[in-house]
Amino acid sequence: MEFLDYFSNVFTVYHIALLVGGTFAGIILGALPGLSPTMSVALLIPFTFHMKPESGLILLGAMYTATVAGGAISAILVNVPGAPANIATAMDGHQMAKKGLSREALHYCFISSFVGGIFGVFILIFFTPPLARLSLEFGTTELFWIAILGITIIATIDSKSVVKGLLSGLLGLMLATIGDNPVLGVERFVFTDHLEGGVNIVVGLIGLFAMPQVLNLMEKYYSEKSAVLSTEGHSSLMQSFRFVFSKVKALSIGSFIGSLVGIIPGAGGQIAGLVAYDQTKKVSKNQSNYGKGEPEGIIAAESANNSMVGPSLIPLLTLSIPGSPTAAVLLGGLLIHGIFPGHEIFVSENTAPVVWTFIDSLILAQIFMLIIGLFLSRHSGWIMKVPDNYMAVSILVLAVFGTYSIGNSYSDVIIMVVLGTIMFFASKAGFSAVPVVLGIILGPIAENNFLLGKLIGGARYGDDWMIYFTTGTINVTLIVICIASITYGLYSNRKSKKKKDEAKSFDNLTNRSSKDDLEEHGRTIGIELDKRKSKKSLLKELKDFVKK
Amino acid sequence: MKLMKITKIALLAATSLMFMHAQADYPDKPIGVMVAYGPGGATDFQARIATLASGKEALIGQPIYILNKPGAGGRTGWNWFASEAPKDGSMLAAYNVPHFIAQSIVFDTAYNINTLEPLGNWGADPAVLIVGKDSPFNTVADLLAHADANPGAVTISGAGKFVGHHIAFLQFAKASGRDLTYIPAKGGVDALRLVKAGEVSAGFNNLSDSARSAADLKILAVADLTRHAYLPDVPTLMESGVDVDDSSVNFRGLMVPAGTPQDVIDFLASKTPDMFNDKKTQGKMKSTNSPARVMTRDEVIVMWNERQAYLTDLLSGLQ
Repeated sequence: MEFLDYFSNVFTVYHIALLVGGTFAGIILGALPGLSPTMSVALLIPFTFHMKPESGLILLGAMYTATVAGGAISAILVNVPGAPANIATAMDGHQMAKKGLSREALHYCFISSFVGGIFGVFILIFFTPPLARLSLEFGTTELFWIAILGITIIATIDSKSVVKGLLSGLLGLMLATIGDNPVLGVERFVFTDHLEGGVNIVVGLIGLFAMPQVLNLMEKYYSEKSAVLSTEGHSSLMQSFRFVFSKVKALSIGSFIGSLVGIIPGAGGQIAGLVAYDQTKKVSKNQSNYGKGEPEGIIAAESANNSMVGPSLIPLLTLSIPGSPTAAVLLGGLLIHGIFPGHEIFVSENTAPVVWTFIDSLILAQIFMLIIGLFLSRHSGWIMKVPDNYMAVSILVLAVFGTYSIGNSYSDVIIMVVLGTIMFFASKAGFSAVPVVLGIILGPIAENNFLLGKLIGGARYGDDWMIYFTTGTINVTLIVICIASITYGLYSNRKSKKKKDEAKSFDNLTNRSSKDDLEEHGRTIGIELDKRKSKKSLLKELKDFVKK
Repeated sequence: MKLMKITKIALLAATSLMFMHAQADYPDKPIGVMVAYGPGGATDFQARIATLASGKEALIGQPIYILNKPGAGGRTGWNWFASEAPKDGSMLAAYNVPHFIAQSIVFDTAYNINTLEPLGNWGADPAVLIVGKDSPFNTVADLLAHADANPGAVTISGAGKFVGHHIAFLQFAKASGRDLTYIPAKGGVDALRLVKAGEVSAGFNNLSDSARSAADLKILAVADLTRHAYLPDVPTLMESGVDVDDSSVNFRGLMVPAGTPQDVIDFLASKTPDMFNDKKTQGKMKSTNSPARVMTRDEVIVMWNERQAYLTDLLSGLQ
């Protein structure tokens, strides 16, 4: 119960001001594309230079907590995840916002972030010693299988078509191979100097989400009057609380998976959010509603990415091994204050007060994040009412500046615009951005760990290096989960296809079918169509024929 | 007509005055330092500490800001610096030796020691040979004996290819004559994790990071000419019987692109060692466990040339 002894250190006017300021700024920064938690914490570290260690760390902790949650705001309101951790949130969050439920979506997001976040911090407080040992068990081969597990989700996560999902995922994996490979020590597919640095995850994220959204909004602005969203009839804050706490399953799956992913070195919020979303979907009763505005999806994803925060500090503080990309940057923040991670960090006279004050402040940061987040949610309707043309320009400006700020590089901006424009047209053909981004995120983890595992396995077992990947409790468990995930994916795909076949109505066919499909359908109902005509007129002919 | 002539002369005089003014008054605005790695990393935060005192009148007299251009193990930033950065002293860069020299030998880069001009060196972080806490090896001899019995089975991790750790490994394998396997992890932190988790037999890593993790590691030897003040009990590799010099030591300092006016280079080169030696800066270096070694421009030029010759030889055998 040492953590209670240092609570009073947090309650100074200065520290509370840092917490409130850091949380508010963090939520806003998190909502801006490009300023991911990792980037925000990294940019803030120089500012903490001249502060006392505990003050600096309190500010960094508040920033880490708030940016992870803040990324959900833009994910929900404009379908542009503020950070990779909020990709899963965008899938259902923006659908809810489109139905005029943006305030509810934000309520769910901040309440579940708070629940997950507090859960994670308590894991950090009470279970650090055993979990630090566990985190060392997740090595090269384990990370490889985790990446493969993520890849098994690709096909089904956000596509109506498995083939399109797989193709998009493959494209993402291929994009991830561009640039420098640290394990092989070679440059690959660098056709122009712009590609030298490869496709950064956040650059890809902004391009694939923000640019298509900009073009969509402009298209909408020029083609039709944008639909006025109803913001009437909101449920109250109390109802939102009650609703979130009634979703015990989503909350617990999210918090548990988030915490587990947190202690695994090399995985981060993006994996936490997506895996939790996918698992919750698989055990949910209203599976078909996922991707169409299912609140459970938001709750699972957001509780997961915030519960990741606390546990990601477990290996960082004890072993100097970061549990997430943001924790890796935070390591620099600890070192410049002379706080050196180690097992004695919680007991040593010099570091214990600083570290416990920091951890205690994380609890308060979660509370402030909830209060400020809910306050901001009240005004979300305003953003939804911004006319499309203004919105498009604002997103474009933020996307360009956000992309440039990642590496102070115009090449990144060019990559972002090109990827985004391609994605806009691909989305017209039914492709989704989520599997592409998943490919960019998971590709390097899978590839680099495979190469390293093969090298280490080769040194240990010679030609039988595969043994290294298939032995060990965690490896075997992960392989079983991978197989289960694929089997389940095939099973549910078959089931939904069967359902579709049975209910193969006319509307189902016309919405997303090619001219060939229309022609075929026409033949089955007894009308020969002329494929040279436009799709629209073919549809009309079919419709008229059916009416007759 | 007369008026125009006077105006012309006046304008000419004014511009030439302004020009002279600019030369004499350098630096008249804050100066940038490009860091080829991301914010929060060791090079980034050491660069921030090393340049803390730049604003003092007796030193450079202008504050220094950091511009991060990470990517491709530093190549993105350094390529930009050598080809596109302004050559008027308004943009400096941090160098990492042997990284940039090794890269300029192996890859097709816009930079090499001839397109860059050093100003001064602030730090030197030697590579150390480490094993996990529970490892059966206690000395370099133990490790080599194991390698004799199991050729190729001894794995040694480091932070990727063509960085200090990799150079140390190549020297170690060559000098010891053993068949060892290099495991190039993605970054120093990950390379350290492989050692702590016991996935690899040993690792080459930064002295500063390893010294901090002393509870989880055993440090067998330092890849430098002398023992280090942080680790007075740890022998050098030479003392342990393996002939490895200081070619893998990670030197950090400041530089400008070639083509910068000589008087600007001279001015900066005369001020940087004093800036690095500032009392507060050195205190901060010490409290963050960052090994300092201040060197002048002339000393760095000698060091760069030595590394260039040695690495060309070492890496040519590799390709």
